[in-house]
Amino acid sequence: MKKLTALLLVLCMVLSLCACGGSGSASSGEKVVKIGVFEPSSGDSASGGKKEILGMQYANSQAPTVTLGGETYKVELVYGDNGSSTDKAPSAASSLVSAGVSIVLGSYGSGVSMAGGPKFEEAGIPAVGVTCTNPNVTAGNSYYFRICFLDNFQADVLANFGMDKFSAKTAYCLGETGNEYDQGLIAFFKQVFEAAGGKVITDSFPTGNSDFNSYLNKAKSEGADVIFTPVSIAYAVQILKQADSLGIEAPFLGSDTLDDNMVLEALKGTNLKVYVSTFYQEGGSPEFDKGIKDYINGSSEALAANGGNDTISAVTAMGYDAYFVALEAMKKADSPDKAALMQILPSVTYTGVSGAIAFDSVGDAVRDTAYIKTADTATGTWVLETVQTGSPS
Amino acid sequence: MLQKNEKRAGTLRAMLAIMVLLLFVIVLENISSWIPGMPAIFSPTSQLFTVLKKGAVYSLVAVSMNLLNGFTGLFSLGQAGFMLLGAYTYAILTVPMAAKDQVYYLYGGSAVKFSLVDAFQSLFGTAGFGGAVSMICAVLVGIVCAGLVAALFAALIGTPVLRLKSDYLAIATLGFAEILRAIFQWQTLGPITNGANMLKSFPTFADFNIKNAAGQVVLRLSTFVPFLLSILCITVIVLLIHSSYGRAFKAIRDDEVAAEAMGISLFKHKMLSFVISSFFSGVGGALFAMYVSNAQAKAFTSTMTYEILLIVVIGGIGSISGSVIGTFLYVACSEWWLRFLDAETYIGSFKVPLLRSGFRMVVFSVVIMIIVLFFSQGIMGEKELTWAGIGGLLKKLKPKKKAASAGKEG
Amino acid sequence: MEQLLSTEYIVSILLSGISLGGQLALIAIGYTMVYGILRLINFAHGDVFMVAGLLGIYISAALPMYIAIPIVIALTIGLGFFIERAAYKPLRSAPRMSVMISAIGVSYLLQNTATYVTGGQPMTYPAINALTKTINICGASTKLVVIITPVLVLVLIALLTTLINHTKIGMAMRAVSKDFETSRLMGIKINNVISMTFVIGSALAVVGSILYFTTYPAITPTAGAMPGLKSFVAAVFGGIGSIPGAVIGAFLIGICETIIKGLPSSWNVSVFSDAFTFALLIVILTCKPTGLFGEKATDKV
Repeated sequence: MKKLTALLLVLCMVLSLCACGGSGSASSGEKVVKIGVFEPSSGDSASGGKKEILGMQYANSQAPTVTLGGETYKVELVYGDNGSSTDKAPSAASSLVSAGVSIVLGSYGSGVSMAGGPKFEEAGIPAVGVTCTNPNVTAGNSYYFRICFLDNFQADVLANFGMDKFSAKTAYCLGETGNEYDQGLIAFFKQVFEAAGGKVITDSFPTGNSDFNSYLNKAKSEGADVIFTPVSIAYAVQILKQADSLGIEAPFLGSDTLDDNMVLEALKGTNLKVYVSTFYQEGGSPEFDKGIKDYINGSSEALAANGGNDTISAVTAMGYDAYFVALEAMKKADSPDKAALMQILPSVTYTGVSGAIAFDSVGDAVRDTAYIKTADTATGTWVLETVQTGSPS
Repeated sequence: MLQKNEKRAGTLRAMLAIMVLLLFVIVLENISSWIPGMPAIFSPTSQLFTVLKKGAVYSLVAVSMNLLNGFTGLFSLGQAGFMLLGAYTYAILTVPMAAKDQVYYLYGGSAVKFSLVDAFQSLFGTAGFGGAVSMICAVLVGIVCAGLVAALFAALIGTPVLRLKSDYLAIATLGFAEILRAIFQWQTLGPITNGANMLKSFPTFADFNIKNAAGQVVLRLSTFVPFLLSILCITVIVLLIHSSYGRAFKAIRDDEVAAEAMGISLFKHKMLSFVISSFFSGVGGALFAMYVSNAQAKAFTSTMTYEILLIVVIGGIGSISGSVIGTFLYVACSEWWLRFLDAETYIGSFKVPLLRSGFRMVVFSVVIMIIVLFFSQGIMGEKELTWAGIGGLLKKLKPKKKAASAGKEG
Repeated sequence: MEQLLSTEYIVSILLSGISLGGQLALIAIGYTMVYGILRLINFAHGDVFMVAGLLGIYISAALPMYIAIPIVIALTIGLGFFIERAAYKPLRSAPRMSVMISAIGVSYLLQNTATYVTGGQPMTYPAINALTKTINICGASTKLVVIITPVLVLVLIALLTTLINHTKIGMAMRAVSKDFETSRLMGIKINNVISMTFVIGSALAVVGSILYFTTYPAITPTAGAMPGLKSFVAAVFGGIGSIPGAVIGAFLIGICETIIKGLPSSWNVSVFSDAFTFALLIVILTCKPTGLFGEKATDKV
């Protein structure tokens, strides 16, 4: 009996080996070019990742084919869920690599991009980061590009905004330990804020923490004028909800991650003041706004992915632009070949809904605009506060 | 005399089998570049090689856990902690000087002012054969240090903890791993551990691929290397288990009181098993860091320990070959064969229900529960894969001979 | 630094500590009872607590709160009962390690299922108006739930102690936890007693989940793991099998943890708030393995 079971297992192994080998070469005559979507659809950042994917899917529905070398290719999105965690990211990246993608888009979240990056580099596949803002994503990895601004720029914008708008002297910064994104932003924020004569208190909470009362009380007692929380969406919701019950009056500054429906939902009906810096503000491109809203409302799955309403997240617009940057690169290279794409990418320029996109020598986007939005807690919407331009990163 | 000869023949046969396996791995990895037109599964980017690499790394960790849990009967859940120690030691020692500023960018460079890579490069040179030698030396020394640091911590924690009984020991070691994780994330140690941030840019398996002057890969060894290292370590563990120490371990597992009555020093042997197991977990951690190309404390959670424990259970508690088979099955299922469960699939216009992100892990955990509840012996029980066993199986099922041998190699 | 010595700050830290402690206490009782009887660290208990929170979200979305809560309690009790029957009962005569592995497997299954159902996204717990009202104590503003928690915990524990000390099933429980085999010989229906333990544990976990997730309203699939482990440590600290011990241990851990988080930021120690719990565990286990109120167990050869 036991031997039979063992044998069955072995048989299964061999069979699936053959099956997997076979499925790789399946084709229906139609030429296909695959774009890898390296995004979290589970874990702490799932909410953001899903919205970014939404932008790509919408773009894919707008431009489902591309003509290369006189032939029409169908563009297929291949998904690799990196689970918002740096330990799952490498295997998700290699699953994309083995699926034979020509180019990779993503990810939401810098840590996973840095963890998956070497796999793409090894395989010679160019990757276009969508909203991973940490400098280390592209530095040291020649195959990684990105279309968003960088953390030092973002931190600069937010620190200056905090000092100008609230004449803040003391800032309390709270981030997750072990999160590249949080810690990087806080470090840059601290540099700028202290250089301008302010005082910065930094604090970090352990992964999986849910009790933020002590931290918020501390911020209050230390007399923080602004509280800077560049954290994942899951933590942002906790922090803001608990801040509300503690009656925190100091305004919150948040980075691009806080620009999310779940955060808005948490803020609804509270007295908190929250300001976030982000890539796109609804109204920036009315045509895109209308299109994506129709797309979201057109399917229950898209609506669920967007958190149940049709508020447009900046990351959706970025996902949309990233898809077209990839197409632009293919058109310019006139080939779906990964090596050709890699060669052509540095010279690709594209004007998307979130602004003009061009790459510098490291592969970073040349961007000098950040939108600062504030939450209208009565209606549960984002309101544009100001547009900040600075020296491009 | 006769027995001795038989034993020697067995050792020879085992060594031969290992050589064949290693050669096979090299061939498998390079076949697509030698013979054009091979199926996509053999291309170096195929998921097959991800599974093989991760499988090799995890086999070592699973076997080292089995040494403790299966052969000595000490239920320890500190595996992730020792892997963390190994991964960090390896990474800290081997990040090249040139990359340090960029890796430790939040702390303005590293407090560890040397790197094994640079040290050996100054000895043997940076390019060509000398470069290869210095890289191999740096990696090997790094890995050994990784193991030693893990073993040292095991010795320190062992004294108080090993006096505890079964589940108390489990929860104490689990707690110890959590404490370690917090220490490595502590900002104050940032210049050494890079705080909570990722350590990267150190030599990985891909660096073992031999390239020609133009930078093209001539011979791929990135799967061979983890196989080689892991086989070496597992062989040492097997030898240990077959020694008089190993018999003492098993005696302790089967009955502590009886073992003590026979004159086996409980504490000494428990400590020995704990330290050796931790040494190899540390080595496994270093290999894991090489596999994922980064080291970050966040990854070494208790979930990782549970994962390895479940592998050991699937393979059979108390069977080395079971752990290895279990690892490859587990890794292949979770990384490769079951991935289709995560993708929304349409047959024509019919959407297959239930399939969406996360379903793979649900199916997977149900399978694990079934194994735990109904096949608690796992695949191998306490038996080992032996030549006689394979021979018997083959004789019994002659027509399926090919399938069995192919499966064994995968 | 001086600001941190203000009454307002100290009161607010203590308040959150006490409420966290109370919530942990409710989970810890589940651990200590199961361990007392089965000698099993029920790793899945923390995840049952998480599932109770998720059920609360889904059911209260469809039904008003006062109907939803009883349904959640009933479903969670069902879950606890089912886990015991399906995953632990078949292994009654197996080695302790197998049962513990089974518990880890159940925990893995519950977490993965929760990830699948929620899509891995954090879910927001609904606000229960009666609990979320903001009040003011010594200048520290807080939610009403923070005050209610310790009171509710004490009431529930009084009830539970009465149950254990003055009812027949309670006597059976005490007997089984003293000596499993003998009580079976005395005609006690072991399986009923064990099921009852899981039922009580799960019911308390639901109450704990309502209080906990009202205070910390985002639920992720791993939200139960850490509180679960901490509660277990609390149970060990108080002496496993002892209900008052578990409660005292839970309050102590809750308060210490919030104090560590509340220490000045410049000390950089808040990262150790979880680690502290485990350090405490190791110290207790090596110095006084029976905990504060634990009975000395005799080793049977």
